[in-house]
Amino acid sequence: MPALPLDEAGKYVAAAYVVFLTLVLVYVAIMAAKVARIQRELSELADLAEKERHPEANPRGADAGAQGNA
Amino acid sequence: MKVPSLRDNAIAAALVLCAGFALVFFYAPLDADQGFIQKIFYLHVPLAMCSLAGFVVGGIFGIAHLRTGKSIYDVRSYVSIHLSVIFGVGVLVTGSIWAKASWGKWWVWDEPTLVSFLIVFLLYATYYPLRYAIEDRDRQGRYASVFAITAGAFVPLNFVAVRMAQSLVHPRVFATANGGLPGSMLLTFLVCLAGMALLWIALVRFELAAKAASASLSRLRRAIEGEEYAPPSGSRIAPRLPTSATSPS
Amino acid sequence: MTPGTAAPRRPSTLAALRAILAKDLRVELRTLQSVPAMALFALTTFVLFRYGLDRKSLSGGLAAGVLLATVLFAAILAVNRLFVAERDEGGFDAIRLAPVDGTALLGAKAAALVVYLLLLEAIAVPAFALFFLDTWSGIPPLIGVLLLADVGLAATGVLISSIAANSRARDLLVPLVLLPLLVPVMIAAAGAAQELLAAGGPSYDGVGKWLAVLAFYDMTFAAVGFAVYDYLLED
Repeated sequence: MPALPLDEAGKYVAAAYVVFLTLVLVYVAIMAAKVARIQRELSELADLAEKERHPEANPRGADAGAQGNA
Repeated sequence: MKVPSLRDNAIAAALVLCAGFALVFFYAPLDADQGFIQKIFYLHVPLAMCSLAGFVVGGIFGIAHLRTGKSIYDVRSYVSIHLSVIFGVGVLVTGSIWAKASWGKWWVWDEPTLVSFLIVFLLYATYYPLRYAIEDRDRQGRYASVFAITAGAFVPLNFVAVRMAQSLVHPRVFATANGGLPGSMLLTFLVCLAGMALLWIALVRFELAAKAASASLSRLRRAIEGEEYAPPSGSRIAPRLPTSATSPS
Repeated sequence: MTPGTAAPRRPSTLAALRAILAKDLRVELRTLQSVPAMALFALTTFVLFRYGLDRKSLSGGLAAGVLLATVLFAAILAVNRLFVAERDEGGFDAIRLAPVDGTALLGAKAAALVVYLLLLEAIAVPAFALFFLDTWSGIPPLIGVLLLADVGLAATGVLISSIAANSRARDLLVPLVLLPLLVPVMIAAAGAAQELLAAGGPSYDGVGKWLAVLAFYDMTFAAVGFAVYDYLLED
Protein backbone atom coordinates (compact mmCIF):
# COMPACT_ATOMS: atom_id res chain seq x y z
CA MET A 1 0.00 0.00 0.00
CA PRO A 2 1.28 3.46 -0.78
CA ALA A 3 2.16 5.42 2.30
CA LEU A 4 0.04 8.47 2.98
CA PRO A 5 1.86 11.82 2.97
CA LEU A 6 3.05 12.70 6.43
CA ASP A 7 0.56 15.44 7.24
CA GLU A 8 -2.44 13.27 6.34
CA ALA A 9 -1.07 10.21 8.04
CA GLY A 10 -0.28 12.28 11.10
CA LYS A 11 -3.95 13.07 11.60
CA TYR A 12 -4.96 9.43 11.67
CA VAL A 13 -2.18 8.44 14.03
CA ALA A 14 -3.01 11.34 16.30
CA ALA A 15 -6.69 10.39 16.22
CA ALA A 16 -5.86 6.85 17.33
CA TYR A 17 -3.76 8.00 20.26
CA VAL A 18 -6.37 10.58 21.23
CA VAL A 19 -9.04 7.85 21.26
CA PHE A 20 -6.87 5.81 23.61
CA LEU A 21 -6.27 8.74 25.91
CA THR A 22 -9.97 9.63 25.93
CA LEU A 23 -10.96 6.08 26.87
CA VAL A 24 -8.57 6.04 29.80
CA LEU A 25 -9.55 9.52 30.98
CA VAL A 26 -13.29 8.85 30.70
CA TYR A 27 -12.81 5.69 32.72
CA VAL A 28 -10.86 7.58 35.37
CA ALA A 29 -13.56 10.27 35.46
CA ILE A 30 -16.31 7.72 36.02
CA MET A 31 -14.32 6.04 38.77
CA ALA A 32 -13.62 9.44 40.30
CA ALA A 33 -17.35 10.12 40.45
CA LYS A 34 -17.85 6.78 42.22
CA VAL A 35 -15.13 7.54 44.72
CA ALA A 36 -16.61 11.00 45.34
CA ARG A 37 -19.95 9.42 46.14
CA ILE A 38 -18.28 7.02 48.54
CA GLN A 39 -16.50 9.96 50.16
CA ARG A 40 -19.79 11.82 50.58
CA GLU A 41 -21.53 8.87 52.16
CA LEU A 42 -18.58 8.25 54.45
CA SER A 43 -18.70 11.77 55.79
CA GLU A 44 -22.48 11.47 56.31
CA LEU A 45 -21.89 8.30 58.30
CA ALA A 46 -19.10 9.96 60.25
CA ASP A 47 -21.58 12.69 61.20
CA LEU A 48 -24.13 10.10 62.20
CA ALA A 49 -21.64 8.16 64.29
CA GLU A 50 -20.41 11.25 66.06
CA LYS A 51 -23.96 12.35 66.85
CA GLU A 52 -24.71 8.98 68.35
CA ARG A 53 -21.61 9.01 70.48
CA HIS A 54 -22.17 12.52 71.75
CA PRO A 55 -25.94 12.99 71.92
CA GLU A 56 -25.71 16.52 73.39
CA ALA A 57 -27.00 19.16 71.00
CA ASN A 58 -24.28 19.74 68.46
CA PRO A 59 -25.34 22.63 66.22
CA ARG A 60 -21.96 22.64 64.55
CA GLY A 61 -22.28 19.05 63.49
CA ALA A 62 -21.80 19.92 59.85
CA ASP A 63 -18.53 21.69 60.58
CA ALA A 64 -17.29 18.79 62.62
CA GLY A 65 -17.89 16.58 59.64
CA ALA A 66 -16.05 18.95 57.32
CA GLN A 67 -13.09 19.29 59.66
CA GLY A 68 -12.88 15.56 59.93
CA ASN A 69 -12.16 15.37 56.22
CA ALA A 70 -8.89 17.35 56.36
CA MET B 1 7.48 -11.67 46.45
CA LYS B 2 5.57 -8.75 47.85
CA VAL B 3 2.83 -7.49 45.58
CA PRO B 4 3.47 -3.84 44.69
CA SER B 5 0.85 -1.39 45.91
CA LEU B 6 -1.74 0.03 43.57
CA ARG B 7 0.00 3.39 43.68
CA ASP B 8 3.35 1.91 42.63
CA ASN B 9 1.56 -0.10 39.97
CA ALA B 10 -0.07 2.99 38.53
CA ILE B 11 3.17 4.97 38.58
CA ALA B 12 4.98 2.14 36.81
CA ALA B 13 2.23 1.96 34.20
CA ALA B 14 2.43 5.69 33.54
CA LEU B 15 6.22 5.68 33.29
CA VAL B 16 6.52 2.63 31.06
CA LEU B 17 3.69 3.73 28.78
CA CYS B 18 5.13 7.22 28.43
CA ALA B 19 8.52 5.74 27.68
CA GLY B 20 6.92 3.47 25.13
CA PHE B 21 5.11 6.29 23.36
CA ALA B 22 8.28 8.39 23.39
CA LEU B 23 10.09 5.52 21.72
CA VAL B 24 7.29 5.28 19.15
CA PHE B 25 7.64 8.85 18.03
CA PHE B 26 11.30 9.62 18.63
CA TYR B 27 13.14 6.37 18.20
CA ALA B 28 11.32 3.77 16.12
CA PRO B 29 12.17 4.04 12.44
CA LEU B 30 9.60 4.81 9.80
CA ASP B 31 8.15 1.76 8.12
CA ALA B 32 9.09 1.51 4.45
CA ASP B 33 5.66 0.28 3.37
CA GLN B 34 3.08 2.07 5.41
CA GLY B 35 4.96 5.13 6.52
CA PHE B 36 3.73 7.05 9.48
CA ILE B 37 0.47 5.06 9.67
CA GLN B 38 2.41 2.14 11.05
CA LYS B 39 2.77 4.02 14.35
CA ILE B 40 -0.81 3.06 15.15
CA PHE B 41 0.40 -0.52 15.37
CA TYR B 42 2.26 0.24 18.61
CA LEU B 43 -1.03 1.24 20.20
CA HIS B 44 -3.49 -1.13 18.53
CA VAL B 45 -1.68 -4.43 18.96
CA PRO B 46 -0.75 -4.04 22.66
CA LEU B 47 -4.35 -3.00 23.38
CA ALA B 48 -5.55 -6.12 21.59
CA MET B 49 -3.14 -8.47 23.28
CA CYS B 50 -3.89 -7.12 26.75
CA SER B 51 -7.60 -7.27 26.11
CA LEU B 52 -7.47 -10.87 24.93
CA ALA B 53 -5.22 -11.88 27.80
CA GLY B 54 -7.63 -10.09 30.12
CA PHE B 55 -10.53 -12.18 28.83
CA VAL B 56 -8.58 -15.35 29.48
CA VAL B 57 -7.71 -14.08 32.98
CA GLY B 58 -11.45 -13.50 33.50
CA GLY B 59 -11.98 -17.14 32.62
CA ILE B 60 -9.29 -18.25 35.05
CA PHE B 61 -10.92 -16.26 37.85
CA GLY B 62 -14.16 -17.93 36.81
CA ILE B 63 -12.58 -21.32 37.39
CA ALA B 64 -11.33 -20.17 40.79
CA HIS B 65 -14.81 -18.91 41.67
CA LEU B 66 -16.45 -22.21 40.82
CA ARG B 67 -13.87 -24.26 42.64
CA THR B 68 -13.68 -22.23 45.83
CA GLY B 69 -17.13 -20.62 45.90
CA LYS B 70 -15.59 -17.37 47.15
CA SER B 71 -17.32 -14.39 45.62
CA ILE B 72 -14.06 -12.40 45.54
CA TYR B 73 -13.14 -14.40 42.45
CA ASP B 74 -16.44 -13.58 40.84
CA VAL B 75 -15.70 -9.90 41.40
CA ARG B 76 -12.23 -10.26 39.94
CA SER B 77 -13.63 -12.12 36.94
CA TYR B 78 -16.25 -9.42 36.41
CA VAL B 79 -13.74 -6.57 36.64
CA SER B 80 -11.23 -8.33 34.36
CA ILE B 81 -13.87 -8.79 31.73
CA HIS B 82 -15.10 -5.23 32.23
CA LEU B 83 -11.69 -3.69 31.62
CA SER B 84 -11.01 -6.01 28.72
CA VAL B 85 -14.26 -4.98 27.05
CA ILE B 86 -13.26 -1.33 27.45
CA PHE B 87 -9.83 -2.05 25.98
CA GLY B 88 -11.70 -3.96 23.26
CA VAL B 89 -13.59 -0.80 22.28
CA GLY B 90 -10.19 0.86 21.96
CA VAL B 91 -8.96 -2.00 19.77
CA LEU B 92 -11.90 -1.76 17.43
CA VAL B 93 -11.76 2.04 17.11
CA THR B 94 -7.99 2.21 16.60
CA GLY B 95 -8.21 -0.71 14.19
CA SER B 96 -10.90 1.09 12.23
CA ILE B 97 -8.84 4.29 12.10
CA TRP B 98 -5.86 2.31 10.88
CA ALA B 99 -8.03 0.56 8.26
CA LYS B 100 -9.30 3.92 7.00
CA ALA B 101 -5.77 5.26 6.80
CA SER B 102 -4.42 2.17 5.05
CA TRP B 103 -7.24 1.12 2.80
CA GLY B 104 -9.57 4.09 2.70
CA LYS B 105 -12.43 2.16 4.30
CA TRP B 106 -13.53 2.32 7.92
CA TRP B 107 -13.75 -1.46 8.16
CA VAL B 108 -11.90 -4.25 6.38
CA TRP B 109 -12.33 -7.98 6.74
CA ASP B 110 -8.74 -8.57 5.74
CA GLU B 111 -6.97 -8.19 9.03
CA PRO B 112 -7.71 -11.34 11.06
CA THR B 113 -6.79 -9.74 14.38
CA LEU B 114 -9.47 -7.13 13.92
CA VAL B 115 -12.13 -9.57 12.72
CA SER B 116 -11.56 -12.11 15.45
CA PHE B 117 -11.65 -9.23 17.88
CA LEU B 118 -15.04 -8.15 16.63
CA ILE B 119 -16.37 -11.65 17.27
CA VAL B 120 -14.85 -11.85 20.74
CA PHE B 121 -16.19 -8.40 21.56
CA LEU B 122 -19.69 -9.37 20.40
CA LEU B 123 -19.51 -12.43 22.63
CA TYR B 124 -18.36 -10.63 25.76
CA ALA B 125 -20.89 -7.87 25.22
CA THR B 126 -23.52 -10.53 26.00
CA TYR B 127 -21.96 -10.99 29.45
CA TYR B 128 -23.99 -8.06 30.78
CA PRO B 129 -27.48 -9.05 29.56
CA LEU B 130 -26.64 -12.55 30.76
CA ARG B 131 -25.92 -11.36 34.30
CA TYR B 132 -28.90 -9.05 34.20
CA ALA B 133 -31.26 -11.86 33.27
CA ILE B 134 -30.40 -14.00 36.30
CA GLU B 135 -31.91 -12.68 39.47
CA ASP B 136 -30.53 -14.89 42.18
CA ARG B 137 -27.09 -13.49 42.98
CA ASP B 138 -25.39 -16.76 43.77
CA ARG B 139 -26.66 -18.32 40.62
CA GLN B 140 -25.77 -15.18 38.70
CA GLY B 141 -22.16 -15.43 39.87
CA ARG B 142 -21.96 -19.11 39.09
CA TYR B 143 -23.43 -18.84 35.62
CA ALA B 144 -21.30 -15.81 34.87
CA SER B 145 -18.25 -17.87 35.80
CA VAL B 146 -19.38 -20.66 33.49
CA PHE B 147 -19.73 -18.08 30.74
CA ALA B 148 -16.31 -16.61 31.51
CA ILE B 149 -14.74 -20.06 31.27
CA THR B 150 -16.55 -20.96 28.05
CA ALA B 151 -15.73 -17.64 26.47
CA GLY B 152 -12.14 -17.82 27.70
CA ALA B 153 -11.73 -21.17 25.97
CA PHE B 154 -13.37 -19.68 22.90
CA VAL B 155 -10.89 -16.81 22.48
CA PRO B 156 -7.84 -18.76 21.25
CA LEU B 157 -9.95 -21.12 19.20
CA ASN B 158 -11.69 -18.26 17.46
CA PHE B 159 -8.38 -16.59 16.74
CA VAL B 160 -7.04 -19.68 15.02
CA ALA B 161 -10.21 -20.22 13.00
CA VAL B 162 -10.32 -16.63 11.73
CA ARG B 163 -6.65 -16.68 10.87
CA MET B 164 -7.13 -19.88 8.88
CA ALA B 165 -10.03 -18.36 7.00
CA GLN B 166 -7.79 -15.54 5.86
CA SER B 167 -7.44 -15.78 2.12
CA LEU B 168 -3.88 -15.80 0.94
CA VAL B 169 -4.61 -13.13 -1.62
CA HIS B 170 -4.56 -10.35 0.92
CA PRO B 171 -1.40 -10.64 2.91
CA ARG B 172 -1.74 -9.93 6.60
CA VAL B 173 -0.58 -6.43 7.15
CA PHE B 174 0.96 -7.08 10.51
CA ALA B 175 2.70 -10.17 9.14
CA THR B 176 6.00 -8.41 9.13
CA ALA B 177 5.33 -7.19 12.63
CA ASN B 178 5.52 -10.42 14.58
CA GLY B 179 7.84 -12.20 12.25
CA GLY B 180 10.59 -9.95 11.05
CA LEU B 181 10.48 -6.81 13.13
CA PRO B 182 13.76 -4.98 13.08
CA GLY B 183 15.30 -4.66 16.55
CA SER B 184 14.38 -1.05 17.20
CA MET B 185 10.74 -1.61 16.29
CA LEU B 186 10.63 -4.76 18.39
CA LEU B 187 11.99 -2.94 21.42
CA THR B 188 9.46 -0.16 21.03
CA PHE B 189 6.67 -2.66 20.66
CA LEU B 190 7.68 -4.61 23.73
CA VAL B 191 7.89 -1.49 25.87
CA CYS B 192 4.43 -0.40 24.73
CA LEU B 193 3.10 -3.89 25.43
CA ALA B 194 4.57 -3.88 28.91
CA GLY B 195 3.13 -0.41 29.58
CA MET B 196 -0.31 -1.46 28.37
CA ALA B 197 -0.25 -4.58 30.51
CA LEU B 198 0.72 -2.55 33.56
CA LEU B 199 -2.09 -0.13 32.75
CA TRP B 200 -4.62 -2.94 32.52
CA ILE B 201 -3.50 -4.36 35.83
CA ALA B 202 -3.55 -0.94 37.49
CA LEU B 203 -7.06 -0.18 36.24
CA VAL B 204 -8.35 -3.57 37.36
CA ARG B 205 -6.91 -3.04 40.84
CA PHE B 206 -8.31 0.48 40.87
CA GLU B 207 -11.81 -0.78 40.15
CA LEU B 208 -11.45 -3.60 42.67
CA ALA B 209 -10.38 -1.06 45.29
CA ALA B 210 -13.40 1.12 44.54
CA LYS B 211 -15.66 -1.90 44.89
CA ALA B 212 -14.00 -2.84 48.16
CA ALA B 213 -14.53 0.67 49.48
CA SER B 214 -18.17 0.50 48.45
CA ALA B 215 -18.63 -2.80 50.23
CA SER B 216 -16.98 -1.54 53.40
CA LEU B 217 -19.22 1.48 53.22
CA SER B 218 -22.28 -0.73 53.14
CA ARG B 219 -21.01 -2.63 56.14
CA LEU B 220 -20.43 0.58 58.02
CA ARG B 221 -23.86 1.88 57.17
CA ARG B 222 -25.46 -1.32 58.28
CA ALA B 223 -23.52 -1.20 61.54
CA ILE B 224 -24.55 2.37 62.24
CA GLU B 225 -28.08 2.50 60.93
CA GLY B 226 -29.07 -1.02 61.71
CA GLU B 227 -30.64 -3.81 59.77
CA GLU B 228 -33.46 -1.80 58.26
CA TYR B 229 -30.96 -0.09 55.97
CA ALA B 230 -31.78 -0.94 52.39
CA PRO B 231 -28.79 -0.70 50.05
CA PRO B 232 -29.19 1.97 47.41
CA SER B 233 -30.22 0.57 44.08
CA GLY B 234 -26.70 -0.07 42.89
CA SER B 235 -26.01 -2.15 39.88
CA ARG B 236 -28.00 -5.32 39.86
CA ILE B 237 -25.33 -7.11 37.99
CA ALA B 238 -22.05 -5.92 39.42
CA PRO B 239 -21.10 -8.55 41.97
CA ARG B 240 -20.70 -7.22 45.47
CA LEU B 241 -17.71 -8.04 47.56
CA PRO B 242 -18.19 -10.33 50.54
CA THR B 243 -19.41 -8.36 53.52
CA SER B 244 -17.45 -10.39 56.03
CA ALA B 245 -14.16 -9.12 57.35
CA THR B 246 -12.09 -10.67 54.58
CA SER B 247 -10.07 -7.87 53.11
CA PRO B 248 -9.94 -8.16 49.33
CA SER B 249 -6.79 -6.20 48.61
CA MET C 1 -23.67 -60.48 49.18
CA THR C 2 -25.89 -60.90 52.22
CA PRO C 3 -28.91 -63.01 51.36
CA GLY C 4 -32.24 -61.29 51.76
CA THR C 5 -31.02 -57.77 51.00
CA ALA C 6 -30.79 -56.43 47.50
CA ALA C 7 -28.56 -53.37 47.66
CA PRO C 8 -29.84 -50.92 45.04
CA ARG C 9 -27.21 -50.58 42.39
CA ARG C 10 -26.20 -47.00 41.60
CA PRO C 11 -27.05 -46.57 37.91
CA SER C 12 -24.04 -45.89 35.79
CA THR C 13 -23.82 -42.51 34.11
CA LEU C 14 -24.13 -44.15 30.72
CA ALA C 15 -27.32 -45.95 31.72
CA ALA C 16 -28.78 -42.73 33.09
CA LEU C 17 -27.78 -40.92 29.91
CA ARG C 18 -29.51 -43.54 27.79
CA ALA C 19 -32.61 -43.34 29.93
CA ILE C 20 -32.86 -39.55 29.71
CA LEU C 21 -32.14 -39.59 26.00
CA ALA C 22 -34.81 -42.24 25.41
CA LYS C 23 -37.31 -40.18 27.38
CA ASP C 24 -36.56 -37.05 25.39
CA LEU C 25 -36.78 -38.78 22.04
CA ARG C 26 -40.04 -40.44 23.05
CA VAL C 27 -41.48 -37.09 24.09
CA GLU C 28 -40.34 -35.51 20.86
CA LEU C 29 -41.85 -38.31 18.83
CA ARG C 30 -45.16 -37.93 20.60
CA THR C 31 -45.38 -34.15 20.69
CA LEU C 32 -43.35 -33.31 17.56
CA GLN C 33 -42.35 -29.93 18.99
CA SER C 34 -38.89 -29.31 17.65
CA VAL C 35 -38.10 -31.17 14.46
CA PRO C 36 -41.10 -30.26 12.28
CA ALA C 37 -40.74 -26.60 13.26
CA MET C 38 -37.04 -26.66 12.43
CA ALA C 39 -37.68 -28.32 9.07
CA LEU C 40 -40.42 -25.91 8.11
CA PHE C 41 -38.26 -22.98 9.20
CA ALA C 42 -35.41 -24.24 7.03
CA LEU C 43 -37.55 -24.68 3.93
CA THR C 44 -39.11 -21.25 4.26
CA THR C 45 -35.68 -19.73 4.82
CA PHE C 46 -34.47 -21.29 1.59
CA VAL C 47 -37.30 -19.52 -0.23
CA LEU C 48 -36.36 -16.27 1.50
CA PHE C 49 -32.79 -16.70 0.32
CA ARG C 50 -33.90 -17.47 -3.21
CA TYR C 51 -35.57 -14.08 -3.36
CA GLY C 52 -33.19 -12.25 -1.09
CA LEU C 53 -30.17 -13.20 -3.17
CA ASP C 54 -32.13 -13.29 -6.43
CA ARG C 55 -30.50 -16.57 -7.33
CA LYS C 56 -31.96 -19.77 -8.66
CA SER C 57 -28.88 -21.87 -8.30
CA LEU C 58 -26.03 -21.72 -5.84
CA SER C 59 -22.59 -23.21 -5.63
CA GLY C 60 -19.37 -22.84 -3.73
CA GLY C 61 -19.21 -20.25 -0.97
CA LEU C 62 -22.72 -18.90 -1.48
CA ALA C 63 -24.29 -22.36 -1.29
CA ALA C 64 -22.28 -23.21 1.82
CA GLY C 65 -23.31 -19.96 3.47
CA VAL C 66 -27.02 -20.29 2.76
CA LEU C 67 -27.19 -23.90 3.89
CA LEU C 68 -25.12 -23.46 7.05
CA ALA C 69 -26.72 -20.21 8.15
CA THR C 70 -30.13 -21.83 7.80
CA VAL C 71 -29.08 -24.89 9.79
CA LEU C 72 -27.54 -22.68 12.47
CA PHE C 73 -30.68 -20.59 12.91
CA ALA C 74 -32.90 -23.67 12.89
CA ALA C 75 -30.67 -25.14 15.58
CA ILE C 76 -31.38 -22.12 17.77
CA LEU C 77 -35.05 -23.07 17.71
CA ALA C 78 -34.24 -26.48 19.12
CA VAL C 79 -31.72 -25.16 21.65
CA ASN C 80 -34.34 -22.78 23.01
CA ARG C 81 -36.69 -25.63 23.79
CA LEU C 82 -34.12 -28.08 25.09
CA PHE C 83 -34.54 -27.46 28.79
CA VAL C 84 -37.97 -25.92 28.95
CA ALA C 85 -39.65 -29.12 30.06
CA GLU C 86 -36.97 -29.77 32.67
CA ARG C 87 -37.44 -26.38 34.20
CA ASP C 88 -41.23 -26.50 34.15
CA GLU C 89 -41.69 -30.04 35.40
CA GLY C 90 -38.91 -30.00 37.98
CA GLY C 91 -36.56 -32.17 35.98
CA PHE C 92 -33.53 -30.30 37.35
CA ASP C 93 -34.56 -31.15 40.90
CA ALA C 94 -35.02 -34.78 39.95
CA ILE C 95 -31.50 -34.99 38.57
CA ARG C 96 -30.06 -33.26 41.61
CA LEU C 97 -31.77 -35.74 43.94
CA ALA C 98 -31.02 -38.83 41.92
CA PRO C 99 -27.70 -40.56 42.68
CA VAL C 100 -26.55 -39.83 39.18
CA ASP C 101 -23.80 -37.73 37.71
CA GLY C 102 -25.07 -34.42 36.29
CA THR C 103 -23.13 -35.12 33.15
CA ALA C 104 -25.73 -37.75 32.25
CA LEU C 105 -28.20 -34.93 31.73
CA LEU C 106 -25.62 -32.97 29.80
CA GLY C 107 -24.76 -35.88 27.53
CA ALA C 108 -28.38 -36.86 26.99
CA LYS C 109 -29.46 -33.38 26.01
CA ALA C 110 -26.49 -32.97 23.69
CA ALA C 111 -27.21 -36.33 22.07
CA ALA C 112 -30.87 -35.41 21.67
CA LEU C 113 -29.89 -32.15 20.00
CA VAL C 114 -27.59 -33.98 17.59
CA VAL C 115 -30.45 -36.34 16.73
CA TYR C 116 -32.81 -33.44 16.07
CA LEU C 117 -30.23 -31.73 13.90
CA LEU C 118 -29.59 -34.90 11.91
CA LEU C 119 -33.31 -35.30 11.35
CA LEU C 120 -33.53 -31.67 10.29
CA GLU C 121 -30.64 -32.13 7.88
CA ALA C 122 -32.20 -35.28 6.46
CA ILE C 123 -35.05 -33.06 5.29
CA ALA C 124 -33.32 -29.74 4.68
CA VAL C 125 -30.26 -30.93 2.75
CA PRO C 126 -32.14 -32.80 0.01
CA ALA C 127 -34.52 -29.85 -0.21
CA PHE C 128 -31.56 -27.52 -0.54
CA ALA C 129 -30.03 -29.69 -3.25
CA LEU C 130 -33.36 -29.76 -5.03
CA PHE C 131 -33.82 -26.02 -4.89
CA PHE C 132 -30.33 -24.78 -5.57
CA LEU C 133 -27.71 -27.34 -6.50
CA ASP C 134 -26.80 -28.45 -9.99
CA THR C 135 -25.07 -31.59 -8.86
CA TRP C 136 -25.70 -33.84 -5.88
CA SER C 137 -22.22 -35.33 -5.85
CA GLY C 138 -21.03 -33.03 -3.08
CA ILE C 139 -23.74 -34.18 -0.69
CA PRO C 140 -22.33 -37.45 0.73
CA PRO C 141 -19.04 -35.93 1.96
CA LEU C 142 -21.04 -32.93 3.19
CA ILE C 143 -22.80 -35.22 5.65
CA GLY C 144 -19.51 -35.76 7.47
CA VAL C 145 -18.96 -32.03 7.75
CA LEU C 146 -22.50 -31.51 9.01
CA LEU C 147 -22.10 -34.25 11.59
CA LEU C 148 -19.01 -32.63 13.10
CA ALA C 149 -20.71 -29.25 13.01
CA ASP C 150 -23.78 -30.73 14.74
CA VAL C 151 -21.66 -32.06 17.59
CA GLY C 152 -20.11 -28.62 18.04
CA LEU C 153 -23.54 -27.01 17.94
CA ALA C 154 -24.74 -29.45 20.56
CA ALA C 155 -21.75 -28.98 22.86
CA THR C 156 -22.12 -25.21 23.11
CA GLY C 157 -25.91 -25.27 22.68
CA VAL C 158 -26.45 -27.41 25.77
CA LEU C 159 -24.25 -25.16 27.89
CA ILE C 160 -25.98 -21.96 26.87
CA SER C 161 -29.40 -23.56 27.03
CA SER C 162 -28.78 -24.65 30.61
CA ILE C 163 -27.74 -21.16 31.60
CA ALA C 164 -30.65 -19.56 29.83
CA ALA C 165 -33.24 -22.02 31.16
CA ASN C 166 -32.88 -20.58 34.63
CA SER C 167 -33.01 -16.95 33.64
CA ARG C 168 -35.51 -14.43 32.45
CA ALA C 169 -35.71 -13.55 28.76
CA ARG C 170 -34.30 -16.97 27.90
CA ASP C 171 -35.56 -16.82 24.31
CA LEU C 172 -33.48 -13.73 23.79
CA LEU C 173 -30.46 -14.93 25.65
CA VAL C 174 -29.88 -18.10 23.66
CA PRO C 175 -29.43 -16.55 20.21
CA LEU C 176 -27.55 -13.59 21.66
CA VAL C 177 -24.93 -15.62 23.47
CA LEU C 178 -24.82 -18.70 21.27
CA LEU C 179 -24.31 -17.12 17.85
CA PRO C 180 -20.91 -15.53 18.51
CA LEU C 181 -19.79 -18.81 20.06
CA LEU C 182 -20.76 -20.60 16.86
CA VAL C 183 -18.75 -18.39 14.53
CA PRO C 184 -15.78 -20.81 14.42
CA VAL C 185 -18.18 -23.62 13.53
CA MET C 186 -19.50 -21.50 10.70
CA ILE C 187 -15.99 -20.60 9.54
CA ALA C 188 -14.81 -24.20 9.51
CA ALA C 189 -17.97 -25.83 8.18
CA ALA C 190 -18.37 -23.22 5.47
CA GLY C 191 -14.70 -23.52 4.57
CA ALA C 192 -15.17 -27.23 4.00
CA ALA C 193 -18.63 -27.03 2.42
CA GLN C 194 -17.46 -24.36 0.02
CA GLU C 195 -15.05 -26.85 -1.53
CA LEU C 196 -17.53 -29.70 -1.53
CA LEU C 197 -20.24 -27.67 -3.18
CA ALA C 198 -17.99 -26.11 -5.79
CA ALA C 199 -19.58 -25.49 -9.16
CA GLY C 200 -17.61 -28.09 -11.07
CA GLY C 201 -18.10 -30.87 -8.54
CA PRO C 202 -16.63 -31.48 -5.12
CA SER C 203 -13.02 -30.67 -4.52
CA TYR C 204 -11.22 -31.86 -1.41
CA ASP C 205 -8.76 -29.00 -1.23
CA GLY C 206 -8.09 -28.19 2.39
CA VAL C 207 -11.25 -29.90 3.62
CA GLY C 208 -9.13 -31.93 6.00
CA LYS C 209 -7.88 -28.91 7.94
CA TRP C 210 -11.42 -27.57 8.41
CA LEU C 211 -12.56 -30.94 9.70
CA ALA C 212 -9.68 -30.83 12.14
CA VAL C 213 -10.79 -27.40 13.37
CA LEU C 214 -14.34 -28.67 13.82
CA ALA C 215 -13.12 -31.70 15.72
CA PHE C 216 -10.98 -29.51 17.95
CA TYR C 217 -13.92 -27.19 18.62
CA ASP C 218 -16.11 -30.18 19.51
CA MET C 219 -13.56 -31.57 21.93
CA THR C 220 -12.87 -28.22 23.58
CA PHE C 221 -16.47 -27.41 24.36
CA ALA C 222 -17.38 -30.95 25.29
CA ALA C 223 -14.52 -30.78 27.80
CA VAL C 224 -15.68 -27.40 29.12
CA GLY C 225 -19.20 -28.77 29.44
CA PHE C 226 -18.10 -31.79 31.44
CA ALA C 227 -15.95 -29.64 33.67
CA VAL C 228 -18.59 -27.08 34.62
CA TYR C 229 -21.82 -28.96 34.45
CA ASP C 230 -22.20 -29.80 38.09
CA TYR C 231 -21.96 -26.11 38.92
CA LEU C 232 -24.78 -25.37 36.55
CA LEU C 233 -27.03 -27.91 38.19
CA GLU C 234 -26.48 -26.60 41.69
CA ASP C 235 -29.51 -24.92 43.13
